[in-house]
Amino acid sequence: MTALTTALLYLDGVSVSFDGFRALNNLSFMIEPGEMRAVIGPNGAGKTTMMDVVTGKTRPDTGDVVFDGSHDLTRLDETEIAILGIGRKFQKPTVFDSHTVFDNLELAFKGDRRARSTLWWQESPSEHHSIDEILQTIRLTGVQNHLAGSLSHGQKQWLEIGMLLAQDPKLLLVDEPVAGMTDVETHQTAELLKEINREHTVVVVEHDMTFVRELGVKVTCLHEGSVLAEGTIDQVSENERVVEVYLGR
Amino acid sequence: MTSHILIRSLDRGAVIFLIVVAAVAILVPILNLAVPPSSALHMPTYLVALFGKYLCYAILALSIDLIWGYCGILSLGHGAFFALGGYAMGMYLMRQIGTRGVYADPILPDFMVFLNYKELPLYWYGFQSFPYAALMVLLVPGALAFVFGWFAFRSRVTGVYLSIITQALTYALMLGFFRNNFGFGGNNGLTDFKDILGFNVQVETTRNALFSISCVALIIGFLVCRAIVTSKFGKVLIAIRDAESRTRFIGYRVESYKVLVFTLSACMAGIAGALYVPQVGIINPSEFAPANSIEAVIWVAVGGRGTLAGAALGAVLVNYAKTYFTSGVLAPYWLFMLGSLFIGVTLLLPRGIIGTLHHWTALRRDRISAAAEDGVAAPPPEPMPAE
Repeated sequence: MTALTTALLYLDGVSVSFDGFRALNNLSFMIEPGEMRAVIGPNGAGKTTMMDVVTGKTRPDTGDVVFDGSHDLTRLDETEIAILGIGRKFQKPTVFDSHTVFDNLELAFKGDRRARSTLWWQESPSEHHSIDEILQTIRLTGVQNHLAGSLSHGQKQWLEIGMLLAQDPKLLLVDEPVAGMTDVETHQTAELLKEINREHTVVVVEHDMTFVRELGVKVTCLHEGSVLAEGTIDQVSENERVVEVYLGR
Repeated sequence: MTSHILIRSLDRGAVIFLIVVAAVAILVPILNLAVPPSSALHMPTYLVALFGKYLCYAILALSIDLIWGYCGILSLGHGAFFALGGYAMGMYLMRQIGTRGVYADPILPDFMVFLNYKELPLYWYGFQSFPYAALMVLLVPGALAFVFGWFAFRSRVTGVYLSIITQALTYALMLGFFRNNFGFGGNNGLTDFKDILGFNVQVETTRNALFSISCVALIIGFLVCRAIVTSKFGKVLIAIRDAESRTRFIGYRVESYKVLVFTLSACMAGIAGALYVPQVGIINPSEFAPANSIEAVIWVAVGGRGTLAGAALGAVLVNYAKTYFTSGVLAPYWLFMLGSLFIGVTLLLPRGIIGTLHHWTALRRDRISAAAEDGVAAPPPEPMPAE
């Protein structure tokens, strides 16, 4: 496929239905390289389904999903999409509970993923160094040898962000990173995401409006599977339709 | 490189396990051959064969633990690979009988003469050669596991559905092998073996040699499994076990990992079967019975899954119990005991024997380190954030 667009991620007319329910309805939007975008919307607006489509978990019924101008994501599976450079953080933190924090990062660290190379793989000092740096960024250096299953909820969220950093993808999809966090942690997470955004393109799905405001980036509001409004947080929150959708009619 | 892998694989438990198996490999033949039968320490030959059988089961248990304990693949049909390896060895042993059979046909085994075979079926060609048979011991179970795994794992069949089709696999093979025109001796299977590599399988020295070889195979199998589970490959297996879709999302091709480890495990099961057949002297289709495969899973659960050494221990213990109880007045109740054992272990000892020991030592270590922190260098408590 030839480059159709300069956008890093380009969705055009994407529809998905589950047993007649239209989770995504002719959804179109694009993310420019280097951008950070917040996606908001009430429950059932299609935020998570949108991520499922981009990461290959769900195939769209119709529409195009193009990554980096030339990759048709609707034809690829989860593994191929991950290798192309799209990383995902789940709503419910999913880390590998019976591995240590360090091993979790090591598994996520970019590198040859094929079975035969992991059999003979040995850790390199440069890789160890990079993982140490990530541990510092996500403030988990002190617990690097603890099992991930023993971490607190907030620490798991951070470990999962750290795993995304280790993966070093071109595009990070972050689903509700501050759910269940304290105010202090929420603030720290916003800082962390801004720092990550210096080198990576980020899409954040979030309910927490204070957090979205703190990020200070362009906002896309979804409703019933399509884009309702797009713009700065102030523009979007003043939009009559958005107010209507959030507060009920 | 090799030394690096070896050092990584050998923790304290692994070393203890290896020492025990190596000691058994040396001691048992001494107690059988060198100690006079009048002595109390003498070990009768039937016991050597019996424990040799347990060792083969221990290798089978290792192969199940590798996929179940570390990758979450619950195969309830692993007995199929064990039996296929056994049949490959049995075919070699049959071809060695030659003119000493009842019908004295130099080429055709007795059952073929009996069933009016005019010539040897094509798939029996080559089995007069030991290296060829040994290759088939690995290749036949491996190839079947590869093809089966390729289809099952690529279609993302997991959990109980996978367990059910593995049961179907071993059941289908059992029905096939029961048929006379399948060419493997039907109901009676293969038996009446004479020689292996020119040594008489009935004599004491051969039995002891087979016993020690089984110990060596268990040691090698254990080392291979340890090397696998302590590698990054092994960490990916555990990741797949705990969060399969997460593993896909960070870019690992889960089905390749599963197919590879499943195939390896089937080859190990095949070797176990091949060592089993000359020691028990027979292989027949009942080895494919689904109940056998389920029993093997119970051994692993009892010993502790995801511990390797526990799987081997569980196989020996449960089979010893089986021999003990099925030879007395309690014989009719053995299946009830096995069933209660499985339920009991699942409810009361979900980590199994070795798994529980690991858990206790880990708890004690945590307590000691916590106590040390409290007593010696208690860090200043962090101020609690205001609510």
